[in-house]
Amino acid sequence: MSNSKGQILSNKLEIPKSDELKHPMEGYLREERFPHIWCSTCGIGTVLTGFITGLQKSGLDREKVAVVSGIGCSGRAAGYLRLDSFHSTHGRAIPFATGLALGNPELKVVVISGDGDIAAIGGNHFIHAARRNMNLTVICINNFNYAMTGGQAGPTTPEEANASTAPFGCYEYPFNLPFLAESSGAIYVARWTSLHIRRVSNSISEALLKPGFSFIEVIAPCPTLYARRNRLGSGLDLMKFYHDSAIIDHNADTRDIDIGYQDRITIGKFVDKDKPTFLENKDNFLKKKLGDKFIQYTGQNWE
Amino acid sequence: MAYWRVPLDIKKVEVPHGNVHIDKEQCKGCKFCVEYCPRDVLEMSAEFNRKGYHYPVVLKQGACVNCNLCEMICPDFSIFVMEGKPRNPEADEIIDRKDNQ
Ligand SMILES: Cc1ncc(C[n+]2csc(CCOP(=O)(O)OP(=O)(O)O)c2C)c(N)n1
Ligand code: SF4
Ligand code: SF4
Ligand code: SF4
Ligand SMILES: [Mg+2]
Repeated sequence: MSNSKGQILSNKLEIPKSDELKHPMEGYLREERFPHIWCSTCGIGTVLTGFITGLQKSGLDREKVAVVSGIGCSGRAAGYLRLDSFHSTHGRAIPFATGLALGNPELKVVVISGDGDIAAIGGNHFIHAARRNMNLTVICINNFNYAMTGGQAGPTTPEEANASTAPFGCYEYPFNLPFLAESSGAIYVARWTSLHIRRVSNSISEALLKPGFSFIEVIAPCPTLYARRNRLGSGLDLMKFYHDSAIIDHNADTRDIDIGYQDRITIGKFVDKDKPTFLENKDNFLKKKLGDKFIQYTGQNWE
Repeated sequence: MAYWRVPLDIKKVEVPHGNVHIDKEQCKGCKFCVEYCPRDVLEMSAEFNRKGYHYPVVLKQGACVNCNLCEMICPDFSIFVMEGKPRNPEADEIIDRKDNQ
């Protein structure tokens, strides 16, 4: 990249490269793509730091982790990570991730994507992956709208909230994502906001270590569209709103935690249980049915 | 730390200490780090960076306790903290206390 005078401008992190002075997440990022495209005060970058620190804490081998995103501002996450990562098509992050997880059962596959990608166009994949207890961790960045395409109303837009396709306010019932995940069969369900970044990070490290379908919703500011259309101020104003309106209640019944427009947000870890995964069930079941004829697929014969 | 009363064992106590590093050109001026630093170590610059954003500057390097919150909450990966030698809080803290009054 160069400026009008032909001087070369570095678009890398301008951090001295000595061992001591390195951003602790630097090795996890594709620094050559920075600065990232997300707007000033957008919360997606904060969720990404939550993922990286959660992965660091989990102690998982980076070679055995893959990240898949769909399309949207949130869907850009995969492309900034220095891990095996894939930016799939809109709504199809979960099926792509399912393929990876089944093709190579040693991998921990993580989906990081937006509310529209996961709960609208990808909603069917979401409920079926949860139903099957597929070994995936799904992190949904919920900014209450389709941000990338101009702030349209989506499946999590609260009633009353203004969106470009709801100029007088939204009159649809939104999804309550933790309830959807739990009732579809997820073994780990949590909701946080990007303000609660340490909890996001701990929750992600916990979810990464659990075999089966784990789901973490992170509410994050979209100052450019959702907040602007609703005159809610900057991302910092929304962080202050989360501070005032988020209530931590790990024992909350997920049926009761819908999110109303600028109303209280119940956060916490709502579900944490163990249950055999899709592959475990398949193997045990077929072993029982086929006896000696059963050959277990481990992914190794794939290379 | 601004003490209400100076603890008797203050000469023996050591608190963790961090050194803050800021990549001012990558910062997008969201102010999250300034707002949520528990020790008010940072403030926003009066100057603009190349993209026209104000960026954080260190107001009181000695007061940073290496909690890493600024690093984790920053959406732009433009601030980080390295562990420094633990410090005896006495010297600068008591001065801070006077400053705060
Ligand atoms: C098949 C298909 N339909 C529609 C689109 C247009 N589109 C791109 S991103 C997007 C919505 C993204 O919303 P969300 O997943 O919430 O991400 P955000 O941008 O809010 O982070 C849509 C509808 C597309 N890219 N592909
Ligand atoms: S449009 Fe909204 S979600 Fe997309 S980068 Fe900007 S602030 Fe973030
Ligand atoms: S590490 Fe903690 S105390 Fe130090 S500047 Fe950052 S937020 Fe403040
Ligand atoms: S949190 Fe990051 S982007 Fe925001 S003002 Fe601080 S250094 Fe800049
Ligand atoms: Mg969205």
